Amino acid sequence: MDKILVGLKRVVDYNVRVRVKSDGSGVETDGVKMSINPFDEIALEEALRIKEAGGANEVVVVSIGSSEAQQQLRTGLAMGADRALLVTCDEAPDVLTCARLLLEIVNREQPGLVILGKQAIDDDNAQTGQMLAALWGRPQATFASRIEIKGDTATVLREVDVGMETIEVDLPAVITADLRLNEPRYVKLPDIMKAKKKPLEEIAMADLGAGDSPEIVHTAYEPPVARERGVMVEDVSALLAALKDKGLV
Amino acid sequence: MAKILVIAEHDGSILNPSTAKTIACAAGIEGADIDVVVLAADASAVAAEAAQLSSVSRVLTVENAANEHPLAVVLAPQIVSLAGDYSHVFGPSNTFGKDLMPTVAALLGVNQISDIMSTHGSHSFKRPIYAGNVIVSLQAPEDSIVVATVRTASYKAVAGGNSAPVESVSVDVELPTHTRFVGQEAESSDRPDLQTASRVVAGGRALGSAENFDLIYALADKLGAGVGASRAAVDAEYVPNDTQVGQTGKIIAPDLYIAIGISGAIQHLTGIKDAGTIVAINKDEEAPIFEVADIGMVGDLFQIVPELTEALG
Ligand SMILES: Cc1cc2nc3c(=O)[nH]c(=O)nc-3n(C[C@H](O)[C@H](O)[C@H](O)COP(=O)(O)OP(=O)(O)OC[C@H]3O[C@@H](n4cnc5c(N)ncnc54)[C@H](O)[C@@H]3O)c2cc1C
Ligand SMILES: Nc1ncnc2c1ncn2[C@@H]1O[C@H](COP(=O)(O)O)[C@@H](O)[C@H]1O
Repeated sequence: MDKILVGLKRVVDYNVRVRVKSDGSGVETDGVKMSINPFDEIALEEALRIKEAGGANEVVVVSIGSSEAQQQLRTGLAMGADRALLVTCDEAPDVLTCARLLLEIVNREQPGLVILGKQAIDDDNAQTGQMLAALWGRPQATFASRIEIKGDTATVLREVDVGMETIEVDLPAVITADLRLNEPRYVKLPDIMKAKKKPLEEIAMADLGAGDSPEIVHTAYEPPVARERGVMVEDVSALLAALKDKGLV
Repeated sequence: MAKILVIAEHDGSILNPSTAKTIACAAGIEGADIDVVVLAADASAVAAEAAQLSSVSRVLTVENAANEHPLAVVLAPQIVSLAGDYSHVFGPSNTFGKDLMPTVAALLGVNQISDIMSTHGSHSFKRPIYAGNVIVSLQAPEDSIVVATVRTASYKAVAGGNSAPVESVSVDVELPTHTRFVGQEAESSDRPDLQTASRVVAGGRALGSAENFDLIYALADKLGAGVGASRAAVDAEYVPNDTQVGQTGKIIAPDLYIAIGISGAIQHLTGIKDAGTIVAINKDEEAPIFEVADIGMVGDLFQIVPELTEALG
């Protein structure tokens, strides 16, 4: 195929313990470390491997977000992507709008495959890939753990609740990456320098015309009910006694 | 009034317990009128099971050979053609529902709500974000259909004893052939299913090998428990992927969860927040798992676990 399109979302790094703002109006992100969504790094790694094996000519990364997402796109370019697109907007739009924007990009770029993460670890929505596939009228293979491309079809091993499922999809298609698809490479310093010269195009969200979608309003944010620290026991007999006490054994 | 369509999850012969929990969420909405739809090649057995669930008004069956395996792109247009009669369409928030419901929502031109953990009227919901570190309240627009997945660990299955009417419906939509089911490898195990087990014993990286996981299996078997694992244990291939508990694995709510050699990373803890009693065994007294454990024991698992299994007789 000619091209693979990969979505990279800028999210709060997975090691950060996020906090709700004191007035409950949102999540504290000031001065917090931001990274590429971990599943998107996996998606990009897979695209690069397909290209390196001769299965594609170009890997294009796309992000929808503020201009700060340039950082994550530069990291993607340093990993090995050829080109980056940033759809700029002030605030991250809702998922349906994101999917519609991605469809506009798909229509421009005509990729043979789109690989997204299975979920973004900020909102934990796990929806964008499925929505894009539906709007595009193309196959979806979510939670991919292995991808094999042969001609115009992809065979995808999916991680599902009962075990593993294999499906076959015609290309172009949307695949979403699960954790065990691969282990992303580390970025080396010379690659970071090289990435500075790679093309990064900005497109204003309004220019893509994604239309309005019925928005779900976030009315309040709160911390979860905390579990309390319980008792510590010294030995197995005390452990058993504590379990018996609760009627659990 | 809320007219709610619940999408049944099943394997062709048995209704998945996730369905009764999804119905429980729907039934919490005042004045809810709930239909369940079974899309299958042969829906009879599953529909009969669904008809027994309380709070269900009707069970609809859509039979088509193409529905033998639940492919989202095949099921979604059929659901969309029924959705016009409803104010809400709900599915479970597991790999079945997560795959399917966004597809349905996109075809209907609406956003989707993931992981409902509580309902506050017909259009207000709460859900966890940031691996459960934050709970957000949502208000869905009243003038469009609500498509959502339900965090099954937040709900107790509705009871049986009902006998709702079963009606066969036919839908006239073209189904795509660009996506084909090839096969499924279910991990066969006689142990209770992780998602419904009342007791779960889970192991982490500390087990060190697949062989050592026998310690976990032995304790689980003594307790009649299901077996779970951390991502680290799954990645190291000590156990199959379907045992992973957490943000990106299974979200569970057993009465008893025993975490053995698991540090308690936030991504793991979000999967067990609703467990009744959490027991932690870890050699590091600073391990974050102890912050949420009801009963904690500091020590070497290779000593404690065999002793505990033995003591259970
Ligand atoms: C995007 C993303 C999603 C993730 N999703 C998940 C998820 O769904 N589920 C999940 O579990 N993780 C998930 N993780 C990984 C998570 O961050 C942790 O890395 C993982 O949970 C660690 O597993 P562990 O506790 O087994 O290993 P470790 O953190 O290495 O902990 C091992 C523990 O064993 C103890 N130990 C060692 N030897 C012994 C002994 N002999 N006796 C007793 N105790 C001993 C140690 O003190 C330590 O606390 C995710 C990470 C990312 C980035
Ligand atoms: N703003 C965004 N920019 C780029 N990619 C995105 C964006 N939002 C979502 N995605 C992609 O869609 C995947 C699933 O996200 P979500 O549906 O929000 O959980 C992510 O892993 C990304 O690959």
